[in-house]
Amino acid sequence: MLLEVRDLVIDYRSTRGRVRAVDGVSFNVPAGAIIGIVGESGCGKTTAVRAITRVMPSSAVFSGGSISLNGTDLVKLSERDMQKHLWRDIAYVPQSAMNALDPVWRVGRQVEEVLVARGGMEKKAARVRSEELFAMVGLGANRLSDYPHQFSGGMRQRASIALALALSPKLVIADEPVTALDVVIQRQVLDTFATLQKQLNVSVVLVTHDISVVAYVCDYVVVMYAGKVVESGPVADVLDRPAHPYTMGLYNAFPELSGDDRELSPIEGSPPDLLDPPQGCRFRARCPFSIATCTQDPPEHLVGEGHIANCHRATEAADLRETAKRTETWVGVTTE
Amino acid sequence: MNKPLIAVERLTKRFDVSRSMTDILTGKRPQLQAVTDVNFTLQRGETLGIVGESGCGKTTLGRMLIKLIPPSEGTILFDGKNISGMDRTAELAFRRRAQLVFQNPFDALNPHFTILRSLREPLHNARVPGEEHVSRIAEAMGMVHLPAPDHFLQSLPHQLSGGQLQRVVLARALVLRPEFILADEPVSMLDVSVRAGILNVLREVRDRMGLAAVFISHDLALVRYVCARTITMYLGAVVEDGPTADIVGNPLHPYTKALVQAVPIPRVDQSHAPLPITGGLPDARNPPSGCRFRDRCPLAEGRCASEVPPLRDVGGGRRVACHLV
Repeated sequence: MLLEVRDLVIDYRSTRGRVRAVDGVSFNVPAGAIIGIVGESGCGKTTAVRAITRVMPSSAVFSGGSISLNGTDLVKLSERDMQKHLWRDIAYVPQSAMNALDPVWRVGRQVEEVLVARGGMEKKAARVRSEELFAMVGLGANRLSDYPHQFSGGMRQRASIALALALSPKLVIADEPVTALDVVIQRQVLDTFATLQKQLNVSVVLVTHDISVVAYVCDYVVVMYAGKVVESGPVADVLDRPAHPYTMGLYNAFPELSGDDRELSPIEGSPPDLLDPPQGCRFRARCPFSIATCTQDPPEHLVGEGHIANCHRATEAADLRETAKRTETWVGVTTE
Repeated sequence: MNKPLIAVERLTKRFDVSRSMTDILTGKRPQLQAVTDVNFTLQRGETLGIVGESGCGKTTLGRMLIKLIPPSEGTILFDGKNISGMDRTAELAFRRRAQLVFQNPFDALNPHFTILRSLREPLHNARVPGEEHVSRIAEAMGMVHLPAPDHFLQSLPHQLSGGQLQRVVLARALVLRPEFILADEPVSMLDVSVRAGILNVLREVRDRMGLAAVFISHDLALVRYVCARTITMYLGAVVEDGPTADIVGNPLHPYTKALVQAVPIPRVDQSHAPLPITGGLPDARNPPSGCRFRDRCPLAEGRCASEVPPLRDVGGGRRVACHLV
């Protein structure tokens, strides 16, 4: 296993107290796999992946768990030792490619800087390598002498992927890499990730709120809700046979371009306040299937090969899925 | 054919863009043509989606429809009357009959106003008698499925969730019982689980009130869910127009084809075939001659560079701007 995240807990200090943004999150990233982390805003998906790179605001605190990269626990490393892993082993593609590139430097110089400063390369070799990197993401070598503003959004996003790949990391972490892009460009960027995975055996952790992006490009998916993992497993299995009501609800709420014109069902209510999270299952207030035992912490159920659902009723998933498909199931669930 | 509610003729919008030193020395005033020669009609009760990539002019077109900005050329007739150069009474009536739903519910409402005050303001502006306010507000809140008890109406925007705020924004647009609403990306700021609720409200409003609506979005799947008819725009021009089911099921213009193919679906068994088009939108200040799509088009041939393809009627309520269809 390339990366193993175990029982990760991250708090944010705030004036109103500690907010547990990530509460006991575990997932694995096999070598050469693309993992999608999905969830809605505030579910902790960005915090969880940023913890891997340690790119975190000063109010964030590691409160527990381990992040093991090829057997080395990154959490225990000093700042200095952590620096050795960044770019070389783990690279980060931020959400807004606009911010990843310095507007007053030519793009090529920014790639070369990483190669020289971090990779200890000669200037000339760095130039050749930059051209290679640009070719990998489908950008011409002549584009290296452009400034970021001369690039379109999709090109900028691909340039920031090229930058992340500079020192041949084994793991690329991309936070909502296609959210700001139009569908045509989105497709090009997603295809870039798929190509890199095949050609370089790079692993990618892709954070997104869009399950169709996960379906298009990911091998595994981790669904998060209110700081916890609610379901995880191989994409085909999780999307075809969701075993957690939240995943079922997310699917029903998503408009689809093809297929019949099924009516969408919103999930009523909103996620809980993480300053004072509810006891037991965090989804229970919005869940049409909640029962008395849901006030206790949900157990981890293995519902398929590598497919885990954290739900008291996971064993009944097949029946619940049928009920969840009906719109009326989701009406009048919350008392909000 | 009934008299349309909205008739758009030869609508064009140009914006001045910043001048370079050379432009200033040579006395040039460069302009960007955001919307080029757009023609369409909207019937009463019809829902029209406008899709296209960012920068295609869909938002500019919407803003002209609701009279937020004036067109550079062309006319917009609302119920037979030109919306430019209206007198004050006519303008007031137009503002009552055509309403706007904002994209970002988090800043569409005055943070100091209670929900009640935000909903009352349009009624007040439209000179609706005070005694009707309570019932009109209750009616609008009912349409968007919000509770109307006092404590809800007395709350401030920051006390509500994004989904509730967007319902309030919708209610504010509906409180005047308009005949037309323009919704520009009304759900793009909302989470997936909440989006569905707003889309369902838009569908109900369409069916129950017989409201005409223009729904602007970059997401074809959302448009398909709400709109009976769809227009595809590319670099300021309409390239295809027709019933949504046909546009999605059998797109004719090569650009619409690529757009439909590019939308990912939430299933593992989907096409990963390469898109027929590459690259991004060309510079709108300097669009290609002839067909604006030709430099990205897999089918482009000689005359595409010399002749602008007209938006032709191809039957079945469909129009396409392509020489090769």
